[in-house]
Amino acid sequence: MGSLPETAVIEVIAGGPLLTIQDGGRLTARRYGVPVGGAMDRFALAAANRLVGNSLNAPALELTAGGIQLRFGARMTIALTGADVQAHLDGTPLAPWQSVLVPAGSTLSLHGRRGMWGGRNYLAVAGELAAEWAIGSASTCLAGGFGGYEGRALRSGDRIPVRPRLGTVVEGVRWWPADRRPSYRAQPCLRVLPGPQRSVLPEAWEKLLSATFQIDQAASRQGYRLSGALLPARDLSLPSFGVVPGAIQLPPDGQPILLMADAQTTGGYPVIAVVIGADLPLAAQLLPGDQLSFTETDLTTAQAALAQQSAWLTTGPEDDEADWLLSQAGAIG
Amino acid sequence: MSGWIDLMGEAALLVRWPATIAAAGAPLAAMAVLQRDPLPGVIDLVPAIDSLLVCFDPLTTDYERLSARLTELARQPPLAALPAGREFVIPVRYGGEDGPDLVEVAERTGLTPAEVISLHTATEQRVIMIGFAPGYPYLGWLPPLLHLPRRATPRVAVPAGSVAIAAGMTGIYPTTLPGGWHLIGRTTVQLFDPAADPPALLQPGDRVRFVAL
Repeated sequence: MGSLPETAVIEVIAGGPLLTIQDGGRLTARRYGVPVGGAMDRFALAAANRLVGNSLNAPALELTAGGIQLRFGARMTIALTGADVQAHLDGTPLAPWQSVLVPAGSTLSLHGRRGMWGGRNYLAVAGELAAEWAIGSASTCLAGGFGGYEGRALRSGDRIPVRPRLGTVVEGVRWWPADRRPSYRAQPCLRVLPGPQRSVLPEAWEKLLSATFQIDQAASRQGYRLSGALLPARDLSLPSFGVVPGAIQLPPDGQPILLMADAQTTGGYPVIAVVIGADLPLAAQLLPGDQLSFTETDLTTAQAALAQQSAWLTTGPEDDEADWLLSQAGAIG
Repeated sequence: MSGWIDLMGEAALLVRWPATIAAAGAPLAAMAVLQRDPLPGVIDLVPAIDSLLVCFDPLTTDYERLSARLTELARQPPLAALPAGREFVIPVRYGGEDGPDLVEVAERTGLTPAEVISLHTATEQRVIMIGFAPGYPYLGWLPPLLHLPRRATPRVAVPAGSVAIAAGMTGIYPTTLPGGWHLIGRTTVQLFDPAADPPALLQPGDRVRFVAL
């Protein structure tokens, strides 16, 4: 067992709506106006990497909304996490949240959401995904045009160089139990902490917690416009201040914006609430048209929820194949 | 009058000061203090016009200690710690195709285009913050004669290097971007390079003087 790393490629046959290289993002360059970026669903990224024995925040592929086809130029161990988007490997159904050894020349295809939720998947390769590093990360910064693969989304015909690592991880199935994942579901109710301008806009805060919203067509990695309810808003003419992914901004038109991974580092709209980090994976799985709501939580709960997810990632996957088969049969998990 | 702190999610605290204390440099002074004497768990500091966003890892940070320290910085901004900042000279071609709004700015401020250029170049400006886009510096403050609100209708594409004014500040577009500031000139200085460390030429606190080419 064990083979020297050599360069292979993953060829993009179809890139779907958005296919990019992402990792843990750029956490220390916000003062230079550089967005945090990185995986929208950081839990699913970390789990994919853990399944194949990589470090948690290693570069991987972020696959958006299905419609994607990839061909593996060599034998390699991969893991696909995130939504169930009817993935097939050479025509055979492939369930997400497991590691799998794929033969050279095999093709992975993602068709689209099977159940009621899901928008993003992460594909990690045991070994190294060769990517362009900039400012401490291989994440694709679409706004700045740097990082990842030539600073842009991958498209048909692109060839992503990889250095597969074989033989150092279990080549049988490793799988990630459902009870060690965020509670992914349709119409999630995201937990929020009050934002800095919550007390200036109390009616907007109340309505945010009571209304049901829909992800508008104007949704990207930068943020989601939320429709379905207008919040009472005022033009506060605030000087710009630093903001974070998860912040819910309220522009004067009353249509809130949920900032996501690629959000600008500063903004002048009031921030009435902030989605807690542990619920950002749920937000990351939303697509235009999906519904969501918000509920208030407190700092202790937010910290505990994040610590819980961190503990799950530390525990890592299971490698008992019998349990896996049972879980696939719906008996457990 | 003292500042205050607010949570921005479980991984950031926003420190804000009243306008006068902020204009005296409270955000940059507090940032300097936190860089000189860092607290464990703090990952990034984002200074802005009247605030400093302190980003931290909630799993490794002593939250009580951090919030106590930031409350103290909010209440007693360490203005004496305001760094001198590095000096930069940025050459600008004012007016014409490079600064298509110069004439309008002159009309709206009751000055001649030459007087606008003269005022803009005579004022040493400090980098107050970088935001909006990678490497986009907000410099201030401009003399009151040059204060104008943003344009009513933003442009879809402002050329890279454009030097623009609005809200009492100067901004420089590092790349081609949409923008609502008044374009008075253009520079060839490269403000942002993702391959450089740090990636932005200007840093918060730096002092800039513009010279007319």
